[in-house]
Amino acid sequence: MTRSVWSRWSRPGAGTMSDLKPADKPVKGNAAPAKKATTGAYTPSGVSPNRRARRSYTIRLWSVRHSRFLEWFYHRFADLFLLLHPLWKALGYNRVEAPITFVERNVKGLLFDCRMCGQCVLSSTGMSCPMNCPKQLRNGPCGGVRANGNCEVEPDMPCVWVKAWEGSRNMVKGDAIMNVQKPVNQSLRETSSWLRVTAQAAEAKEAAAKDA
Amino acid sequence: MAHIDENPLGRHLPLDPLPGHSSRGRLERVLRRGEFAVTAELNPPDSANPDDVYERAAIFDGWVDGINAVDASGANCHMSSVGICALLTRMGYAPIMQIACRDKNRIAIQGDVLGAAAMGVTNIMCLTGDGVQAGDQPGAKPVFDLDCMSLLETVRTMRDNSKFLSGRKLTTPPQVFLGAAINPFAPPYDFRPLRLAKKIEAGAQFVQSQYCFDVPMFKRYMDRVRDLGLDEKCYILVGVGPMASAKTANWIRNNVPGIHIPDAVIKRLEGAQDQKKEGKQLCIDIINEVKEIKGVSGIHVMAYRQEEYVAEIVHDSGVLKGRTPWKRERNPGDDTVQQRIEDLKDGKTENQEQMAETAAHHPH
Repeated sequence: MTRSVWSRWSRPGAGTMSDLKPADKPVKGNAAPAKKATTGAYTPSGVSPNRRARRSYTIRLWSVRHSRFLEWFYHRFADLFLLLHPLWKALGYNRVEAPITFVERNVKGLLFDCRMCGQCVLSSTGMSCPMNCPKQLRNGPCGGVRANGNCEVEPDMPCVWVKAWEGSRNMVKGDAIMNVQKPVNQSLRETSSWLRVTAQAAEAKEAAAKDA
Repeated sequence: MAHIDENPLGRHLPLDPLPGHSSRGRLERVLRRGEFAVTAELNPPDSANPDDVYERAAIFDGWVDGINAVDASGANCHMSSVGICALLTRMGYAPIMQIACRDKNRIAIQGDVLGAAAMGVTNIMCLTGDGVQAGDQPGAKPVFDLDCMSLLETVRTMRDNSKFLSGRKLTTPPQVFLGAAINPFAPPYDFRPLRLAKKIEAGAQFVQSQYCFDVPMFKRYMDRVRDLGLDEKCYILVGVGPMASAKTANWIRNNVPGIHIPDAVIKRLEGAQDQKKEGKQLCIDIINEVKEIKGVSGIHVMAYRQEEYVAEIVHDSGVLKGRTPWKRERNPGDDTVQQRIEDLKDGKTENQEQMAETAAHHPH
């Protein structure tokens, strides 16, 4: 793996290591802002110096636009998962954790650019993943949102909270955006939030059955 | 006559808490009495000299109800807000300590809250903080363990339930008046008032706004805030400040996140003979407009590098209505310090064996 990455750099004609060194003369234009920023040159405020900010946000924005559908879908899906609780229990939650996490990471990664915080709040944030906020705010937009609705830190990215607000307006339970979220529990990173929610729901159901 | 915010038994005595108040601070007293409050921002020094802080604070003497000690605003490195507050409380000022979530995790923040309250800080303002990318050291690791909302809730739990976030008990809770920031001038505009509602729910008792240059926009925001009844649950201080020139205003508009400056403001500054004077006048005009808006409880003057104009701005806009904010107060810790100084004068020295003996027999 390492080898193939390296060979891409060393392939003739595809640029050599010397290209990565700071240029002697000042870089003009903003075609490669990341490269320009490494030289210590002034990079205008309207251009993201990092590469991640220049990716496309098409699918993430699609998810926000279709937040109502995704909300409906998730409810069906969560019910299904809960129905399968005996199966998870039989197999052992610990044992299914790894494969489910793999699926969850890839599905949510595609749809929401999920960061696997392990404590999903998409239902409360209009299907816009708050962990994509450079400040990882989980309670609403900061004061730095640009007039065009883009992020202050990554100027090319639409503010996830502007999108969250839009998305939440389409959802049946969109007012969940008003809940004050607890701080992130960092120890839950890279774990499956689907399984946790299912286990908790099953526990609550059992407790309710016991009370009755 | 004793000042209304002085201990009736003498100026040298600390204030008693009033019923229903969450702090012993005078900012809370002023706001709860329904008086128009004035706060200002201290430009943190890039030095290790305490006199720099004292000099910068002395400018505000008798003109403001609270001094904001900023926590590396704009992610630029300066003297820390804890350090500034330690110096200011020692001299009897009433700082509003800002805590930004950018640089400290929940463990450091909760420790700082206790330390600050012990030093005599009575007002704490909870902020998210600008991203590190905005500052002079963009390579720094951004922390953002909490966000402003969970920070408010954390400090409120510490104060009201005497508990750390973990649930561990505090023996003496920090008595602080809790503040937050609002920015009515950034999208999503229709969510901003609701965000204030959320902050109030999380514990905000007063809020200071971002620079207000667009009064009509602020009025629309306040209409919505009043509809939601938020102005009755929280004191709203409007952020104002003089612009040194049209060039500065333009620079701020393009480089500082979250500050909205309409074209009309820039045009007005450009058209003026003396841009600095016009900037000051513009600030006074804005104050005169916003102070009439229902639900506004005060102003927060951010005169970055023009701190000497704060007194003039406050005076000319007449927001104090003849009231004199108290000057310096006695710190609850002063007695201990005085005792120690007297002991030193009397030549009394500590016998360490004796101290260890006492400590061993009286744990805490």
